[in-house]
Amino acid sequence: MPKRTDLKRILVIGSGPIVIGQACEFDYSGTQACKALKAEGLEVVLVNSNPATIMTDPEIADRTYVEPLTSEILESIIAREKPDAILPTVGGQTALNLAVQLGELGILKKYRVELIGASLDAIKIAEDRLLFRDAMTEIGIATPNSRYVKSMTEAFDAIEPIGFPIIIRPSFTLGGVGGGIAYNIEEFREIAQRGLSLSPVHEVLLEESVIGWKEFELEVMRDRADNFVVICSIENVDPMGVHTGDSITVAPALTLTDREYQRMRDIARRIIRRVGVETGGSNIQFAINPDDGRIVVIEMNPRVSRSSALASKATGFPIAKIAAKLALGYTLDEIPNDITRLTPASFEPTIDYIVVKVPRWAFEKFPRADRTLTTQMKSVGEVMAIGRTFKEAFMKAFRSLELGRGNMLFAKSGGRINATANVEAEDDDSALQRSLAVPNDQRIWSLFRAFERGWALEEIHRLTKIDRWFLTQFQQLVELRTQAMLVGLRGISPDLMRSLKRAGFGDWQIGSMLGADEEAVRAARVEQGLKPAYKRIDTCAAEFESFTPYLYGTYEKECEADPTPRQKVVILGSGPNRIGQGIEFDYCCVHAAFALREDGFETVMINCNPETVSTDYDTVDRLYFEPLSFEDVAAIIAREQEGGGDVSIVVQYGGQTPLNLALPLQRAGIRILGTSPDSIDLAEDRERFSKLLWDLGIPQAPSGTATSPEEAREVALKIGFPLVVRPSYVLGGRAMAIVYDMAALDRYMMTAVQASPERPVLIDKFLEDAVELDVDAVADATGAVVIGGIMEHIEEAGIHSGDSSCVVPPYRVAARHVEQIRDYTRRIARALNVIGLMNTQFAIKEDTIYVLEVNPRASRTVPYLSKATGVPLAKVAARVMVGRTLAQLGLTEDLQVSGVFVKTPVFPFVRFPGVDTILGPEMKSTGEVMGGAQTFGSAFAKAQLAAGVKLPSHGAVFISVSNHDKPAVVQIARDLKGLGFELVATRGTANFLRAHGIDAEIVFKVNEGRPHVGDEILNHRIQLVINTPLGRESFFDDKFVRRTAMMQQVPCITTLTGAAAAVYAIRALNTEGLTVRSLQEYHADLALSHKP
Amino acid sequence: MKAILALENGIWYEGEAAGAPGQTGGEVVFNTSMTGYQEILTDPSYAGQIVTMTAPEVGNYGVANADPESRGTQVAGFIVREESAIASNWRSQGTLRDYLVANNIVAISGIDTRALTRVLRSAGVMRGVIATGDADPSALIDRAQALPSMEGSDLVLGVTCERAFDWEPATSPQDEFAPTAVRRKRRNLRIAAYDYGMKWNILRRFNAYGCDVRVFPATAPASELLTAGPDGVFLSNGPGDPAVLSYAISSATHLIDADVPVFGICLGHQILSLAMGGDTYKLKFGHRGANHPVKELETGKVEITSQNHGFAVDPDSLPKDVKITHLNLYDGTVEGLRHTKQPVFCVQYHPEAAPGPHDADYLFNQFVEEMERRA
Repeated sequence: MPKRTDLKRILVIGSGPIVIGQACEFDYSGTQACKALKAEGLEVVLVNSNPATIMTDPEIADRTYVEPLTSEILESIIAREKPDAILPTVGGQTALNLAVQLGELGILKKYRVELIGASLDAIKIAEDRLLFRDAMTEIGIATPNSRYVKSMTEAFDAIEPIGFPIIIRPSFTLGGVGGGIAYNIEEFREIAQRGLSLSPVHEVLLEESVIGWKEFELEVMRDRADNFVVICSIENVDPMGVHTGDSITVAPALTLTDREYQRMRDIARRIIRRVGVETGGSNIQFAINPDDGRIVVIEMNPRVSRSSALASKATGFPIAKIAAKLALGYTLDEIPNDITRLTPASFEPTIDYIVVKVPRWAFEKFPRADRTLTTQMKSVGEVMAIGRTFKEAFMKAFRSLELGRGNMLFAKSGGRINATANVEAEDDDSALQRSLAVPNDQRIWSLFRAFERGWALEEIHRLTKIDRWFLTQFQQLVELRTQAMLVGLRGISPDLMRSLKRAGFGDWQIGSMLGADEEAVRAARVEQGLKPAYKRIDTCAAEFESFTPYLYGTYEKECEADPTPRQKVVILGSGPNRIGQGIEFDYCCVHAAFALREDGFETVMINCNPETVSTDYDTVDRLYFEPLSFEDVAAIIAREQEGGGDVSIVVQYGGQTPLNLALPLQRAGIRILGTSPDSIDLAEDRERFSKLLWDLGIPQAPSGTATSPEEAREVALKIGFPLVVRPSYVLGGRAMAIVYDMAALDRYMMTAVQASPERPVLIDKFLEDAVELDVDAVADATGAVVIGGIMEHIEEAGIHSGDSSCVVPPYRVAARHVEQIRDYTRRIARALNVIGLMNTQFAIKEDTIYVLEVNPRASRTVPYLSKATGVPLAKVAARVMVGRTLAQLGLTEDLQVSGVFVKTPVFPFVRFPGVDTILGPEMKSTGEVMGGAQTFGSAFAKAQLAAGVKLPSHGAVFISVSNHDKPAVVQIARDLKGLGFELVATRGTANFLRAHGIDAEIVFKVNEGRPHVGDEILNHRIQLVINTPLGRESFFDDKFVRRTAMMQQVPCITTLTGAAAAVYAIRALNTEGLTVRSLQEYHADLALSHKP
Repeated sequence: MKAILALENGIWYEGEAAGAPGQTGGEVVFNTSMTGYQEILTDPSYAGQIVTMTAPEVGNYGVANADPESRGTQVAGFIVREESAIASNWRSQGTLRDYLVANNIVAISGIDTRALTRVLRSAGVMRGVIATGDADPSALIDRAQALPSMEGSDLVLGVTCERAFDWEPATSPQDEFAPTAVRRKRRNLRIAAYDYGMKWNILRRFNAYGCDVRVFPATAPASELLTAGPDGVFLSNGPGDPAVLSYAISSATHLIDADVPVFGICLGHQILSLAMGGDTYKLKFGHRGANHPVKELETGKVEITSQNHGFAVDPDSLPKDVKITHLNLYDGTVEGLRHTKQPVFCVQYHPEAAPGPHDADYLFNQFVEEMERRA
């Protein structure tokens, strides 16, 4: 069936900011879809609030709206653009929910817009669990016994027919937020209550638990001729009960007979037909009873998903791209398979390797969070690894996680706990038992510990319910380790070394098991002639020739890398997403690839994150899906060098991951492009850097370094409190803290970090109440420096820059300060011989500009700034790194913006009950949004809205601030009053306001009596909370207020600068309203103003 | 124990013995299905062949008594990348290795099966030998070169049944995990089937559709099948070169003229083609897997099919009264034919799946309807 000719203009909805459960896999899918639509000659209009995406690059769509993803904003865009159709299936749950809203509000009908990819009915059947269950019953497919309830009374009535344990799933929440598993009435009461309040429709599904059953997923596609294919089967190593996003998963399914597998396939086909997904991809989840093969369907997602991104990377079949084409009316047999070229997309990929995905959590950022894994996803990223066997893929995946010593699955010796490993001490067997029986982020380590202690496989199976086949694999890994430890590195036979390497053990890991260093293991291995071969991912298990160098390493006979003699640039990616190192770095890597490919280099990507655009085989000339460890990277470069061409490497784009490899790679003789690793190190080395600034005459806050508590005390005595303390060489403010006294400093030095002479703790004077700024610049080899933008933080210094809202251009910084910052930036860039990107953070306090830190590498703000200015900074810098000058690239002046652009972070607090929402020097946000407008107020309001914060236009504001903040809150309170708000305050704050002539109603603190402020929030009497931390004594009161506000979706602002900005925003909302504008229009303004 | 696989082109691989000790020779082929090794091991169409699984982890779910496709294993040898030490599945009755040893199948594991597949893909399938223990590779290469070629060999006589019998299903349709067949309301239809090496799932599917099947040896004359007045005649799958099966081709010629519904699968399809006047030829590396797209030309629908054949029908050789109904979307080869005047149709692929998708199950229904129209 040929393409539909009635569709000309398509609106694609993106997935918004990166949050837990919805990450950059939707940038990967969305970008593919937009490109596919454009290639088919359609006009693509895109809306996505997330600027850190490739899909919002202005050339991906014809018009790009970086605007909040709400039905009101979408209506404005639809009214303006009049699209023929909306593609809602590549933007995650966010886009599907929006599509449903647009349908229910009659907006689709009003503007005569069609949904393609999935109809409203199909979405509803798949999303509404009741409708889904009925549909399944109708076609004779079993689902777990379940019941919907809308109140606690109904909930209690449902307990008996279902029986404990009961799974509680709130309706219409993302990634299962608010859900859980109740084993008893107490847990049931708590989780059901929470679920009811979190569900936007106040409804939860209570479901029979199939915990412990085997869990499978099928990624399927269907076209409008009813052709149906399974792209990939995925088996969860963690059985039912753990969200698939938190499970270790493997592709293909490994423990099903053909009969069981085909039965599942038959069911999947019937489901997609019944649900009515006419074109596109779906994900269907199944549970299978391991004792009798009984199969039930858990859920179906009528859209591309995290799993479909994984399936695409695992098989080489680009699901989102094909789905977009199917939505246009093509059938599968009309679309060629990119990889084999000669065969069509109407087939089922078959793979001759094993793929393992392992999640990465960020619990270290949320020490109070519950680490139990349930039906609500908690991980922030994942890695995928490919090997010829499960063991190899599994071990490579763990190497890819970059957990430092935590990569090590094994105890150091004889089953003893390795204190430095990322494992909580489990000295006694009962703790180990508990850790095996109750899924948690550390369970896999516990599992290895149990095998090391000689626990029987059956016992571990009984506790974990993990299939015996997987347990056998783990047991074999432990046995291999034991064999190696018995003989030591010297006694290791070529056969054993080969077995270890073929089972995926890294050189470093073998060394650490045997008490040798990585280099010695490598030498022994090379002597035995063992080096990796690279195999191609070709969708067809070598049945046909493949034309796409999409490769993975393994220890096999034949290597298919086939390197070319071209001049090539290897770009090191950023590994798994984590808080502090996320999509922004992948965005930069992708831009480096695009720019250098355009300029005729052969681009080679190394990365292990399946969610990203960088691991799309379309992005680069050659893709190696490999761990970013020295061993793996060096081996790939050596192989590429065998092709004969010059090989150089980009390390400054992938965040800390490649930077950690820069020096070792340079030592190994590999040419690093751009800023030298020594300069990067200089900027990181506190003493060398202080000297440089001193020589330049640029102020820096007093600082020092310490490798012991004693040294730290000395530094503190010299520079005085408050202090910012943090370890060196980390991103995202990991373990960063502000300390106000000696006791806190001691506590920090003793417990929070492990300092060493190579990695000292950095201690800086904390500049309280300073204004903080981020500057991104590009410098070339001639010493030319172009400043991409000066971004002013809304929140004051002390809050991690990644967690601060910021705005370009600055809105309250004096012009002379701006000029001085430009001057400092240029001089620092030149002094560091920066070639490429450089990010600098400044603080202004009492008319002095201090440099906080300099990072001569890609930064988190590069994508946002690129969107605001219309200049792709990462591309420019990549070209500069290979020798072009800024002048050659036409960049002779600092960049400008037309309008005002605000970046606002989004946080995962809602997923971690009990965790405070307060901001500090340790980064906690997972993603960001951008709001653009002509005024600061409007731009800030949009950014807030995009981040899910609905600022009120009227109502009551609760104010409770620390004594320190009281003077400054007066103006804010006055402004709010002027905007017509009622003020409610705690006694202290209210008295202070009254003393300044502002009337405020007094409300009880939580511990003062009832009704207290929490009650007032719950009773919807308060529409906005302004609450700055009050210090340790009232800590719990504060936290309760903030969490209550968050759960009730009442905006809660925790800084005064944030509150002041909110005043601007509310004023703008009340006077200007919100209008929409595409990036292309903003950028066109600039082009006009640049003309002489 | 060590094992070696040597190919006639001089390439050899060293790995581990994964089955019975000893030596075996045959045509080395590869199958890209990710599941169903037990069905493959027991498929008589693999007689004389050493099968390489491209999926690397094999044996994970063990073997089950309900899953064989014939009385026992049929392959000449077996090649896997990684053998599972255990069998993990609720239906499993033993490990793959025990099964191979019990059935005296020589197998090798631990070799670069992808490299081997690439050799077979580019040079074509070739003869090979697996030997366990210490063996001299060059002697094995000589042995491989001395093996008879698949072309021109009649392998059917080695796998067909000795005498006619009525199929008694050993398992209930429930065990098949297959789509429920639309049961006929009236009497059971009677099918006379030629066994050239028939997979049992064909019989199970006929049974599910309410048919009684009497199975005849490959050499039985057509008249013997037609004597009992069956509602339809079926020609099964089987191993080897169809062109040498003169007895089968001549029986098929009789059947085509007999005005009785005739359905053929795989080798049966090739025999019918030859009987209708077409030619067959050997494919470079054959089709063996569970993911081949086949287009039904009349409706334009694509089926994902189970395939296992090394020979194909030459489309240019077909007479006018034979219509091509199905084409392989990978390489455009003929996948299905229908006689325009007689009630005869056949497919190259395997609607009975086992292993593979059930997309083509409708063909059984089609045959049943054809028979019912006349019954």
